[in-house]
Amino acid sequence: MFSGALKTLSLTLFELAHMNTAIKINQVSKRYRIGGLHPGYMTFREMLGGVVTAPFRKLKSGNGAQTLWALSDINLEIGQGELLGIIGHNGAGKSTLLKILSRVTKPTTGEVKLFGRVGSLLEVGTGFHPDLTGRENIFLSGAILGMRRAEIERKFDEIVAFSELEKFIETSVKWYSSGMYVRLAFSVAAHLEPEILMMDEVLAVGDAAFQQKCLNKMHEIRQQGRTILFVSHDMAAITRLCKRVVLLEKGRVTSDGEPRNVVKYYLSSSLKTGASREWSNPLDAPGDEVVRLRSVRVRDEAGQTIPVVDIRKPLGIELTYEVLDEGHALVPVIEFFNEDGTEIFSTHDTSAEWRRQARPCATYTSTVWIPGNLLAEGSLVGHVSIMSHFPATVLHAHERNAVAFQVVDSPAGDSARGDYIGPMPGVIRPLLQWSTEINEPEELRPKSNVQSPTSASDS
Amino acid sequence: MDSETSKAATPGLPQTTRAGAVTRVASDLKESTEHRPERHALIKSEAAGVQLNLGELWRYRELLYFLTLRDIKVRYKQTLMGVAWVIIQPLTTVLIFTLVFNRFVRLDTGLLPYPLFALSGLLLWLFFANAVTNSTHSLVSNANLITKVYFPRMFIPAASVGAGLVDLSVAFLLLIALCFYYGVALTLQILLLPVFVLMMALLALGVGLLAAAVTVKYRDLRHALPFIIQLWMFASPVIYPTSIVPPRWKWLVIINPVAGIIEGFRAAITGRPFAWVHISVSLVITLVVLAAAVYVFRRFEDTFADVV
Repeated sequence: MFSGALKTLSLTLFELAHMNTAIKINQVSKRYRIGGLHPGYMTFREMLGGVVTAPFRKLKSGNGAQTLWALSDINLEIGQGELLGIIGHNGAGKSTLLKILSRVTKPTTGEVKLFGRVGSLLEVGTGFHPDLTGRENIFLSGAILGMRRAEIERKFDEIVAFSELEKFIETSVKWYSSGMYVRLAFSVAAHLEPEILMMDEVLAVGDAAFQQKCLNKMHEIRQQGRTILFVSHDMAAITRLCKRVVLLEKGRVTSDGEPRNVVKYYLSSSLKTGASREWSNPLDAPGDEVVRLRSVRVRDEAGQTIPVVDIRKPLGIELTYEVLDEGHALVPVIEFFNEDGTEIFSTHDTSAEWRRQARPCATYTSTVWIPGNLLAEGSLVGHVSIMSHFPATVLHAHERNAVAFQVVDSPAGDSARGDYIGPMPGVIRPLLQWSTEINEPEELRPKSNVQSPTSASDS
Repeated sequence: MDSETSKAATPGLPQTTRAGAVTRVASDLKESTEHRPERHALIKSEAAGVQLNLGELWRYRELLYFLTLRDIKVRYKQTLMGVAWVIIQPLTTVLIFTLVFNRFVRLDTGLLPYPLFALSGLLLWLFFANAVTNSTHSLVSNANLITKVYFPRMFIPAASVGAGLVDLSVAFLLLIALCFYYGVALTLQILLLPVFVLMMALLALGVGLLAAAVTVKYRDLRHALPFIIQLWMFASPVIYPTSIVPPRWKWLVIINPVAGIIEGFRAAITGRPFAWVHISVSLVITLVVLAAAVYVFRRFEDTFADVV
């Protein structure tokens, strides 16, 4: 009896310690055997052959050639009500992690503790059968995703209403358009009401209006204090929705924390565009028969190509282009985008020197200077164009993501952030003039003569 | 920004300061899972061994119903004759065997007219054969489910057996009709009929689970299965009576659980005495096969999603 009481006590202690934890991942690793001796499945003959080579196989697998660690030593604690985003390249282990957490597959080593009912949406329409009607699929898919029959019956009308498919609910889903299919599938999933919801890229489908509906639903689920794990390649959505993001690279957590920082880190490590670009072959250089781009680069005042720019220093974007057909008044244009895909501004060459001037055939270099203390920190990409406006506007050359660079802020205290070291929102970060004056003492004196209740009690 | 990146690179998790207490009581999680089965779950690694976890099967029981319903509904979709196939299949088979064993070769089936004798065996046999075949293929053809969502995988082959049971009850009407046609009077023994159907279902489930679990990894069984099934039929008293089996092969009939079940099924319809010893042996073998199958299935289950 005493031990029973002790057990109850320790249970309570345990639950107390984990009161706010939804998922605890302990040293989880997952190994897959790939290719060679261990295909996904083998035939009996191969297995028989394997018996003969078995003594040697150990030696072979010892070099690790046939195994792939999809996840290695993952440790994460996810709190209740957290909306955690998981990002990473294809093959980084995101889906494997979700599969382990949703119990589809087991980890090779390590363990996971889940505190709450788990609902996983690793694909759209889990359990849907094309030959069954919408109604039948709601029940089937609902049951497979872990709902009770009574629960589905109770929510049936709500699910149908959410999907906006009232008219087609008795039709086989194989006659549905892909949009209708996704709508029905997500509607079922959205009414799952798990304490922990895991989603893998399901929002990548459906029209814009329905996507908005899904995002609203996610917010609603979140507001109810449920935990959401969300794998996506949509960085804007991740930054907008999540309070915390985990970056997986080659099966390891390489970054974990504030979405902006993790996304920034991810993009900077994966950005293909660099700070300078050259088109050595004029035939595949961007442009037409009038003008072709030859090179683009980010430079500092000293003329050095710089991929990382100090927020306080001006930076130049230098374009080199070759005019092949004379007589056109050309205008170089650069558009700047930040990592959310937001266009920050665009700039057109309006200098008097070549404005409305027909250019002779030659190679030109144009540089535009962006003053220091204007851009916000982060990754920026520039789209470069060359156009002419006479007789009508023609876009001669257009290169998206022609050049990319990182703007980094300084902790020195002389940038727009001053001594503040936290995250600063906003697409630009101008260093502006502030002025503060001490108010005239004469104006204050009459007020200070009036006795305030505090000073009265003090004396 | 560099300082921020490095900050982000170190997992910024709130570390539990009471870590000692946590590890000490963490071993009690197993108990807590039993107390509140729906709320907590502990995912162990592959190395952790086999857990039968039968309680989980009970919690998910409604899913078995829905999967069976799906298998039934889907089977005859987009067919011209629909459910009529449930009757057509045994009917044509009986016609063929009647032609061979009643017209070309005369088989002594005692008091029972041969078509009735053959049908009573074939109904149960076709149920068994179809259930085993369908459950063998079931895991592979439901790979999309297995790799995307968790539920007791045992229900996939079980649903194939369940759907076969529904077919059997429809086809049973044919047997009743034939009984009336031949004027065979039904006795109270027919009340034991469900017992033999259940035994056959359990045996089909056992064999089906085993075959399904093996097929996930080794696809050979898919090719070998039709031969095995055919061989098994000829080794069982489906279309011939046990009486014609030579004495030195009698032991084969005894250890073949299908034989005992079919004999019992026939006796229940015709009102002849049951061979209780034979039936008991069949029952024991059936239960052993089923228990072994459940164990093997649970053992392989964890890797299904990785190899299917």
